[in-house]
Amino acid sequence: MKTILLLIVLLPFAGFLINGLGRKLLGKGYIAFNACGQILASFVLSVVVFMTVRETGGQVVNYFDFISVASLKVPFAFQVDQLSSIFLLIITGVGFLIHVYSASYMKEESNEHYGRYFSYLNLFIFSMLLLVLGANYIIMFIGWEGVGLCSYLLIGYWFRNTEYNEAANKAFIMNRIGDLGFLIAIFWILAKVGNANFTDVFASVNKFSPSEITIVTLLLFVGATGKSAQIPLYTWLPDAMAGPTPVSALIHAATMVTAGIYMVARSNALYSLSELSMNVVAIVGLATSILAATIALKQNDIKKVLAYSTVSQLGYMFLALGVGAYSTGVFHVMTHAFFKALLFLGAGSVIHAMGGEQDIRKMGGLSRLKITSITFLVGCIAIAGIPPFSGFFSKDAILLAAFEHNKILYAVALFGAMLTAYYMFRLFFLTFTGKFRGTEEQEHDLHESPPAMTIVLVILAVLSIIGGFIGIPDVIMKGGDKLTQFLAPVIPLKAEEAVSSSTEFSLMALSTGLVVVAIVFAWFRFRKYEFKPSKGLGKFLENKWYVDEFYDTVIVRPLNKLGEVLNEGLEKSGIDALVNGIGKAVQYGGRQLRWLQSGQVGSYVLLMVVSIVLFFVLQFFLRK
Amino acid sequence: MPINYYIFLSIALFVIGIIGVLTRRNAIIIFMCIELMLNAVNLMLVAFSKMHHLANVAKDASAGIDGQLFVFFIMVVAAAEVSVGLAIIVMMYRNIHSVDVNFLNRLKH
Repeated sequence: MKTILLLIVLLPFAGFLINGLGRKLLGKGYIAFNACGQILASFVLSVVVFMTVRETGGQVVNYFDFISVASLKVPFAFQVDQLSSIFLLIITGVGFLIHVYSASYMKEESNEHYGRYFSYLNLFIFSMLLLVLGANYIIMFIGWEGVGLCSYLLIGYWFRNTEYNEAANKAFIMNRIGDLGFLIAIFWILAKVGNANFTDVFASVNKFSPSEITIVTLLLFVGATGKSAQIPLYTWLPDAMAGPTPVSALIHAATMVTAGIYMVARSNALYSLSELSMNVVAIVGLATSILAATIALKQNDIKKVLAYSTVSQLGYMFLALGVGAYSTGVFHVMTHAFFKALLFLGAGSVIHAMGGEQDIRKMGGLSRLKITSITFLVGCIAIAGIPPFSGFFSKDAILLAAFEHNKILYAVALFGAMLTAYYMFRLFFLTFTGKFRGTEEQEHDLHESPPAMTIVLVILAVLSIIGGFIGIPDVIMKGGDKLTQFLAPVIPLKAEEAVSSSTEFSLMALSTGLVVVAIVFAWFRFRKYEFKPSKGLGKFLENKWYVDEFYDTVIVRPLNKLGEVLNEGLEKSGIDALVNGIGKAVQYGGRQLRWLQSGQVGSYVLLMVVSIVLFFVLQFFLRK
Repeated sequence: MPINYYIFLSIALFVIGIIGVLTRRNAIIIFMCIELMLNAVNLMLVAFSKMHHLANVAKDASAGIDGQLFVFFIMVVAAAEVSVGLAIIVMMYRNIHSVDVNFLNRLKH
């Protein structure tokens, strides 16, 4: 087990080193083979680990002392249990598919950049694995920072474009803001418990007072809002679409953004003790999901729509965590990884076919891309939550959990689910039905993507269809919720006041019915689409609630102003003036003192005599 | 003779020496003035030594002898100084054909 876990993590790292160092020497074929091969090997080993965990349960594997100062010991250890093994499968599995897809999608890049791209991807998988396998908050934090770094590198992959670089900076800085909260929480835990091992921390929660638990969990949640793009730190994620599409699929949909969910789910022992934190998590999650869903209604960039839908779905996951349904949150992470990766890769395929066009107003009628359109439709149905697609099970479980917790949360979440169905099918209808609205040249060049890409789409589509069957609610099939049972050792089962099965069925029918209504509505609205510039509320939504502008005026510009003031006031006329002043004073003093060294022996002697006399006089007076 | 006379004479000699050093530019005269100051100190030492001896001779036959010892030391040092100083002055004269100290202001540079 020890070696296998190490290999799972180190194989992608080896891939990163080989591709990163040899990017100028290796051919594309080898680079792609190397990158995909490492991840595939990692995936196979993850399956082995998963099987072992299923039979023997979780364990902590120690490697060496990472930090050892006085009484503080931070071991470099991996914790493999039900929760992390599921994440292992998601990361390496979806990661592998996306690697394969990338190998074909990025073919037009030059050799060197191709190598760079894959080395970053591998480094990302490495960091993500470190994040989910770490047995304490410190190791988790290393991976946490690693994925932030890789996301920065990959968003700014086309580094000649200033706008993309700014998007990369934005992502990095936003993440850093969140990381600060996480870091403070870690230090707090270290100070209280003495180490940061999950097992020790969760075993000694009684060392914290209730208010401390609240503060620590809220700080952890600040970290999660940064990484998982929740209010108020979500604005980086839509901008992160500057990276290549497979990157969006891998990092900004399937894996990295779920790090926050993983962290909260991992810390469930802490969260469960603080009702306030739970409420904050639920409300922030729900607010984010509605906000992002409304923005997604009016976006015209195919990737932006998906990005906002990601933010919205992440909000759902946090809602699930916030109402105490941790395993449901993890379930949604998994199904979301499937269908969102599918949607992003489908979008990549569309963009590929359109020769780089991302504006859905200029698409339409793309159903001639058979595989892409069918798989995309599968993805849309899955995310909208129509049974028996995977999204239905996970989203319905979240809605149910919200219903049990609080009816208002449920109503708002249900509204969000309708919005989701509406904007996803708006996207689908605009892209794949109606007439083609692009240029003739584009129409002529339309082509289905190569098999390496379409096969991946098909696999993900299949997963999106069947992925939900591991979490069938009890009312439909007794003991169907295998995931929750599997996760039970890590995430204690709730002693819930189960709603009656008739209520549960009617809730399902209600949500499905509303979703279908939303889809039909979208169909009538966007079947024959004519582009009109939006106004009023539409314009407000199209401009993303002006949140970016708001942040710009409230935070960025005042900070810049403050910087300017400090630069002018403190730096130039303060510190600079002081330093220059000292120099000038010394120069001036030197000039004034120069006459003392006249070279006239007589004057030196005079000075000597005068000073001696002075000393005598002083002595004389001081005596008295 | 009261000790006061010796003190006043000695101070006068010393001040003359100082003023000479400060005001004159001829190296030899400055030199002589330095000697004058040394001798003023010698005179003072001897005078005090004698006074001290007379006052304490009953208790200690050799009282105050160290003052006179100092005088000998100062004389030796003065002699050594004269030999070195005069040699410097001779070299100075050979180089610049003058013993005016104000010509020698190159310490400045």
